[in-house]
Amino acid sequence: MKKDWSLWEVFIRSKNGLSHKHVGSLHAADAQMAIENARDVYTRRNEGISIWVVESKHLTASSPNQAESLFDPADDKVYRHPTFYDLPNELKHI
Amino acid sequence: MQAVSNSAKEQVFQANIDADIKVEPKDWMPESYRKTLIRQISQHAHSEIVGMLPEANWITRAPSLRRKVALIAKVQDEAGHGLYLYAAAETLGIERDTLLEELHTGKAKYSSIFNYPTTTWADMGAIGWLVDGAAIMNQVPLCRASYGPYARAMVRVCKEESFHQRQGYEIMLTLSKGSEEQKRMAQDALNRWWWPSLMMFGPSDKDSSHTEQSMKWRIKRFTNDELRQRFVDITVPQAEFIGLTVPDSHLKWNEERRHYEFGEINWEEFWNVVKGNGPCNRQRLKARVKAYEDGAWVREAAMAYAEKREKRQEKVA
Repeated sequence: MKKDWSLWEVFIRSKNGLSHKHVGSLHAADAQMAIENARDVYTRRNEGISIWVVESKHLTASSPNQAESLFDPADDKVYRHPTFYDLPNELKHI
Repeated sequence: MQAVSNSAKEQVFQANIDADIKVEPKDWMPESYRKTLIRQISQHAHSEIVGMLPEANWITRAPSLRRKVALIAKVQDEAGHGLYLYAAAETLGIERDTLLEELHTGKAKYSSIFNYPTTTWADMGAIGWLVDGAAIMNQVPLCRASYGPYARAMVRVCKEESFHQRQGYEIMLTLSKGSEEQKRMAQDALNRWWWPSLMMFGPSDKDSSHTEQSMKWRIKRFTNDELRQRFVDITVPQAEFIGLTVPDSHLKWNEERRHYEFGEINWEEFWNVVKGNGPCNRQRLKARVKAYEDGAWVREAAMAYAEKREKRQEKVA
């Protein structure tokens, strides 16, 4: 039976102090090969110092249909922001 | 009911596009938008991959080590660009194997420019300068295309293409300062690549079936003729700078329009190459199919090895 190499998502840390960031995807037979391919495809010009690969089927993503129920509740909670609070201008360092 | 809700969705979709909010893979999109993108992104990916062939032809015969490492790096970049773009196309729900099959059976197109032969070393210069130059002209606006994964892939591609064009122009510059024979070689390459490079921008606006809808969807930002004019305007002075003559007797600066006027493209040749009858169409496809088939055992062996290791780990666990 013919089986295709699975799809992997690639995350690169560009330098220490920054988090890994999604850069794209690629196909590989296993995790080791995914790292090697990611090196060749996504870091040919010193774009990174660390690579994460995750097989795409293991990622769970929220759906755009859920966007309202997930994110709208934050819209009317202005009291979560520092500018909501009225303080006199003379006050310093707060 | 379904029709009503789809047209409402389409209105929201277009409103988002008009507001420059990018479309991401899981967002609702009209089927025709999805199809257009799959066609365009996969054609683009195929062009990168097939585009490796005419240049790979000269790697073993590069005139110096400096030229050779640059050419290898460039061809490797094209492979990378093809992979970014295939990955972007796959986010639209099409499998890599299907894309490759469409290329190998001739169902999918790739840029016609790669169906022209590379007969001298100067062609490496002309391709980098003109072909990559025209590609950059096309690609920079695509960095702002409405589909997120495509736009992001194009940002990476554009960053890398700039080296391609500079290394090409450097080759032309060197040849044009060399012996009479080298100058002739550079001029000959310009003569052969100039018109096919102008053809890379696609049919004239009046004959371009996809332009209007693609502009509305903000996949395209400029028309074929606009980009072609811009390419002529910036490239002609570059040719003059190295003492080469653009092979167009109608070429003339129009002071009033602040643009170059140029001669009519041979559209018969353009359509003929698109339809598969260019000098190298058959050779290019044959080389692609052979590379894919010759690599089959490697793909299978890697899969078998991965499965074996997985089983072994299960046993240990």
